[in-house]
Amino acid sequence: MAEPTPSTTPTPPAANDGSAPAFIELKGVYKRFGKQEVLRGINLTLKHGETLCIIGPSGEGKTVMMKHIIGLIKPDKGEIFVDGVHVNRLKEREMAPIRKKVSMLFQGAALFDNLTVEQNVAFPLLEHGVRDRKEIDRRVREALQAVDLDEHRTKFPTALSGGMRKRTGIARAIIDHSECILYDEPNSGLDPIGSDIIDQMILRMQRRFSITSIIVTHDMRSVFKISNRVAMLYRGEIRFLGTPDELKNSDDKIVQDFINGRSDITC
Amino acid sequence: MDFPSGLLTVSGRTFLHFLAYLGQLTALMQELLIAFRSGVWRLKLVAQQIVAIGYGSQAVVIVTGAFTGAVFTFQSYAKFKDFGFETTVGAVVSVALCRELGPVLAGLMVAGRVGAAMAADIGTMKVTEQVDALRVMGVHPVDYLVLPRFIAMMISMPFLVAESISFGLFASYLVTSFGYDMPSAWYLNHMLEHTNMEDLSIGMIKGFVFGMLITLISCHQGLAAENGAVGVGAGTTRAVVISSLVMLIVNFFLSLLLNYIFPIGTV
Repeated sequence: MAEPTPSTTPTPPAANDGSAPAFIELKGVYKRFGKQEVLRGINLTLKHGETLCIIGPSGEGKTVMMKHIIGLIKPDKGEIFVDGVHVNRLKEREMAPIRKKVSMLFQGAALFDNLTVEQNVAFPLLEHGVRDRKEIDRRVREALQAVDLDEHRTKFPTALSGGMRKRTGIARAIIDHSECILYDEPNSGLDPIGSDIIDQMILRMQRRFSITSIIVTHDMRSVFKISNRVAMLYRGEIRFLGTPDELKNSDDKIVQDFINGRSDITC
Repeated sequence: MDFPSGLLTVSGRTFLHFLAYLGQLTALMQELLIAFRSGVWRLKLVAQQIVAIGYGSQAVVIVTGAFTGAVFTFQSYAKFKDFGFETTVGAVVSVALCRELGPVLAGLMVAGRVGAAMAADIGTMKVTEQVDALRVMGVHPVDYLVLPRFIAMMISMPFLVAESISFGLFASYLVTSFGYDMPSAWYLNHMLEHTNMEDLSIGMIKGFVFGMLITLISCHQGLAAENGAVGVGAGTTRAVVISSLVMLIVNFFLSLLLNYIFPIGTV
């Protein structure tokens, strides 16, 4: 089996009610690279179990914003809290407890080329001190079964398709029971079927493990399928924040142009 | 910009870049010390690196040492014969190989082979987000990528230098015995009389120091790589060039220091 069959009836899990505590909070976050101001005062709150899709034109700072949450990039100004911890005050070596709670799927999956699929997936367990071989095998098998990759456990990343690499990345992200996963363009470079399979995986992770998710994507079909809330980043600011239905009915021309794929440029 | 102020600007900027580079190397060294003191040395990775660095570099240092010893003997024998000192060739070649040629040439060859590989491996991991993936999993890149290489180099380099010196002396012995019909007893007697453990120790101490410099400079270039394949290529080139130049400069000062500690010709 190369790829699992996509489902035809996807439904996003129920949105969190307003009483749940904030899991991720960005307060007035600014970031500049050279002369380019990428983030200009981002304020955002995400609750436990919520799924937020971040949309917006390319180069507007979606991935940069995501990397701030997990501490890969430090803001020039502003505060970022993850589960109540002020992460941008932490040093690299102090980030480990936060990174056990929050993991990330990179755009290219970022699998280690010299390790097999199962070694890649087992990596966080070994690094976090799990030494029982049977326990590691059991959890690797569980994670690979969750992403339908159990048959490919001995392959190296170079022998996998784009979709399979991303699913391996998801398995690696969930194996240590992270509470939150950040997905950086999980559907990019995939055909519609492969893209749908990834969406199903994300939905399955949310349902099975109640994982809080932030997904940077350009795929509007995915946005309406998997998100509870949508944020649109435009020129370094959050232009829109609301439910998928509110997004559809937004009267903001820039939002409507983006979700309908309309360009102002005329030939 | 007029001549004096333009020159001042350029030299000032170069000096600032140099200071920044030294600062980055110092910071990497500090992280290495923290990693070393943590006691988590990942011995399996150290063993893999010893195989890659030590075992894998043997052919290179043997050929370098052997042919340097042979050609040095060939050139010096002719000149020494003019003065009737040809029996002292063994002593001169031996001291030169132990104190200078062995460690420096082995160091340059290892910088080309191992330093380039270190910078390219880590640089590729950096630009394909594998280094960020390590960080996301709570693993400090210095702990996982630099420390095992550093320990492996500290162990391997002195032995590689000793191996290079040994084959250099053996080649020198062959040239004098079979090329010039010098009685082997003369050669061996002079060589053993004028070479002592201090001479070999100097070579191995230099190998140890060069190993640390090559690892530090090459891993830094890898971790600083940006801009895809072009950045990795540029970083790899810089790793070899800077390692080689720094090694030659440090060798001079190290020779002054070690000759002070182990004076030449005291036996």
